[in-house]
Amino acid sequence: MQVKDIIQALQLTPRAGANGLDREISGGYVSDLLSDVMGHAREGQVWITIQAHKNVMAIASLKELAAVVLVRDRLPDEDTAAAANDESIPVLSTPLDAFEASGRLRDLLREG
Amino acid sequence: MEFHYHIEGGDFSRAGSASSEVKKILKQLNVDPRVIKRVVVALYEAEVNVVAHAHEGNMTVTLDPGSIEAVVEDKGPGIADIDLAMQEGYSTASPRVREMGFGAGMGLPNIKKNCDRLDIKSVVNAGTTVKMTTFFTG
Ligand SMILES: Nc1ncnc2c1ncn2[C@@H]1O[C@H](COP(=O)(O)OP(=O)(O)OP(=O)(O)O)[C@@H](O)[C@H]1O
Ligand SMILES: [Mg+2]
Repeated sequence: MQVKDIIQALQLTPRAGANGLDREISGGYVSDLLSDVMGHAREGQVWITIQAHKNVMAIASLKELAAVVLVRDRLPDEDTAAAANDESIPVLSTPLDAFEASGRLRDLLREG
Repeated sequence: MEFHYHIEGGDFSRAGSASSEVKKILKQLNVDPRVIKRVVVALYEAEVNVVAHAHEGNMTVTLDPGSIEAVVEDKGPGIADIDLAMQEGYSTASPRVREMGFGAGMGLPNIKKNCDRLDIKSVVNAGTTVKMTTFFTG
């Protein structure tokens, strides 16, 4: 499953890094604490969070995450969007909250 | 081989850039991806601790055939009780820093988990030196 394949179910709007929409998804991780993500997220996961500042992209890049999903319609900061484009890691917004977004992602991953 | 990077305290817009440079070099040198993953976590947390808690610092990475050693040295407030600071959940991060999602008190535990040898030395009101070593075998 690729990032573009979850757009509809999670009601996502790509905001930046669209050149990475064909990244493969291995799973998901939900957290707003950066060192929690640094310590526990795995390569290829979709990171669901409310944090929209540039440090999110530093972590997404270092951990080689598949995408960042910003919940409740958060928009990436300008420098976050620029970093997402540089790294080809998509940042997408959803009107859903973290519970609903992660539930839907888990359903999709289970179905395969 | 040795690499040097400067780290500016308080500058969150550049936090992680030194770690990212090191990651690029290790990839180019075909270091085992599992080793790179661990090293990157430890380096990033040490780098961000300088940004979040100190005034300025330097990262020196030394690459040998059998190991990678990274020393992150800063000028700053220092750590009075290192054992306490190592505990998961302990943090003195400011409200501004916490709002960004830092300050979970997980950085030092992450470092500990992701290197083979960790040595922290600190002098209050002077600075902190974090030395991390990771071996390529085992
Ligand atoms: N370089 C440093 N200079 C001064 N104090 C430090 C330094 N590194 C860590 N500390 C102290 O140790 C505490 C714990 O550090 P740790 O990295 O585990 O958590 P944190 O930085 O507060 O939060 P997190 O890393 O989870 O974002 C810090 O809150 C701070 O008091
Ligand atoms: Mg820290």
